[in-house]
Amino acid sequence: MRVQLSTFDRSLLSGEQGEAAAFAMRLLVRFAEAVGAARFVDIEAAHIDGCLYLGEVSLDFVEHLLRLGGRVRVPTTLNVGSVDLIHPELFHGSDEVGRGGARLMKAHEELGCVPTFTCAPYQTIFRPRFGAQIAWAESNAIVFANSVLGARTNRYGDFIDLCCALTGRAPYYGLHVGENRRARTLVEVESLPEEWAEAGLACVAVGHAIGRRCGDRVPAITGLPPSTSEDDLKALGAVAASAGAVALFHAVGLTPEAPTVDAAFQGRAPEEVIRLAATDLRETVHKLSTVPDGTPLTAVSLGTPHFSLAEFERLMPLIDGARPMIDVYVNTHRAVLEELQRRGWDERLSAAGITLVIDTCTYVTAVMRDLSGTVMTNSGKWAYYAPGNIGVDVAFGSLADCVASARAGKVVRL
Amino acid sequence: MTVRLEATTLVSGSSQAETLVLSEPLSFWGGLDSATGRIIDQWHPEKNEVMSGRILVMRAGRGSSSGSSVLAEALRRGTGPAGIVLLARDAIVTVGAMVAAELYGKTCPVVLASEADWAAITGAGYLAIEAGEDTATIDLDAG
Repeated sequence: MRVQLSTFDRSLLSGEQGEAAAFAMRLLVRFAEAVGAARFVDIEAAHIDGCLYLGEVSLDFVEHLLRLGGRVRVPTTLNVGSVDLIHPELFHGSDEVGRGGARLMKAHEELGCVPTFTCAPYQTIFRPRFGAQIAWAESNAIVFANSVLGARTNRYGDFIDLCCALTGRAPYYGLHVGENRRARTLVEVESLPEEWAEAGLACVAVGHAIGRRCGDRVPAITGLPPSTSEDDLKALGAVAASAGAVALFHAVGLTPEAPTVDAAFQGRAPEEVIRLAATDLRETVHKLSTVPDGTPLTAVSLGTPHFSLAEFERLMPLIDGARPMIDVYVNTHRAVLEELQRRGWDERLSAAGITLVIDTCTYVTAVMRDLSGTVMTNSGKWAYYAPGNIGVDVAFGSLADCVASARAGKVVRL
Repeated sequence: MTVRLEATTLVSGSSQAETLVLSEPLSFWGGLDSATGRIIDQWHPEKNEVMSGRILVMRAGRGSSSGSSVLAEALRRGTGPAGIVLLARDAIVTVGAMVAAELYGKTCPVVLASEADWAAITGAGYLAIEAGEDTATIDLDAG
């Protein structure tokens, strides 16, 4: 099958829109053929994951586009980079990653991208509208845009995200198409552990189970706690996209394309029903920790995906009292930092022994001072990736557990 | 006797090598160390296996969209797989291999096999991939 090209697509390919756009369109056409797309669609926005330095290839690709005179054609946000450009002193990795990473971030700005440097672009002013066709990369951003906002993107990856931004076009297939957004699997949360006071743990457990058991099939979830917040859905999607290839979930009664089970399934029947009981959820959360309770900690890391202002509002009352015995990091982005500064919360956090990490994240780059022991997190995604990425043992717990454990210097449960 | 199977090209090229058959999908980002070609996802059944120079056989891709860069970087450094056989189309794997070919001329054919052939492919141990513009063949030695 050959992809159909519009007049504009042909002008992109021919170089009329510039050499960089032509290069990008060539890659897009081959990509479209690989995924079986019949044509392209205009996009309103792009989000680029490729500004994280993953080796010379990251920089080679963007420098190549700059040499060809590249410029993005739609509003384009940037995911986290390898260094905190606001607090460069936090970085203690190799010179190659430090220099290459900073250059890569700057090179993306030179292409016209907005220096948001966040994995939660949906919690900035660049939040896509319901139904918008977009080309987003970064697995948690993708699943959030599709599920919680009802915008439409596939699971775009490095390189192709930027090709879409440079052309303003994306292959029309997969989740850009309404009928493909239909749920296939019904996930019924039958009961919740009574001891879980907040919805966060349940959402991480459900997200992890979906990732493991649904692969890339769209699930519709019933039975999430009524207190489930946008940030809880953010955490659910993030761990589902880490443990599996979930790009869209429907939470019945909570997400915009699923006012009812019937709406989520577009009137069809589920192909599979997965039932999760309190014991399943408890066991899933238990397995996210690689160490037993009571294990000494070297650090606590919060905010993966990036902490929102609402999450800081939950954290602030918890920080009053004794200083933590260990390092505590919170990953967030520039827009949230500005609001923290406006409220004077950045100084309160610093006085409480908490390090704010901006533009990047503790599990993708060398920011944490001590990686010799166990780190605690309230992020299912962080818990999933950190052991492999940065070689630490992980304890997973609620936000309150994390703060209490930071004070105790060891894993404690409230 | 050699058995020839038909497949679909995702990224063209040719390659012959021993296989590394994964019993679960792998996310290259967080799952592959591009410096060594080793699988570092501690939850993965084939953890610590090295894919360098082998034909990676896995049903589907998984996880982070940064996987394209990690695969392309591994191919640039010469630690990546010699070829990849999938059962489900995967954009992240496809793009990683495409960019390594565009920027560095390092080819890693990626082909899509059919479900009916999967048992034979995963049992073969050694494969030869010939991936043209659209169609591809996978040769396996049936003894």
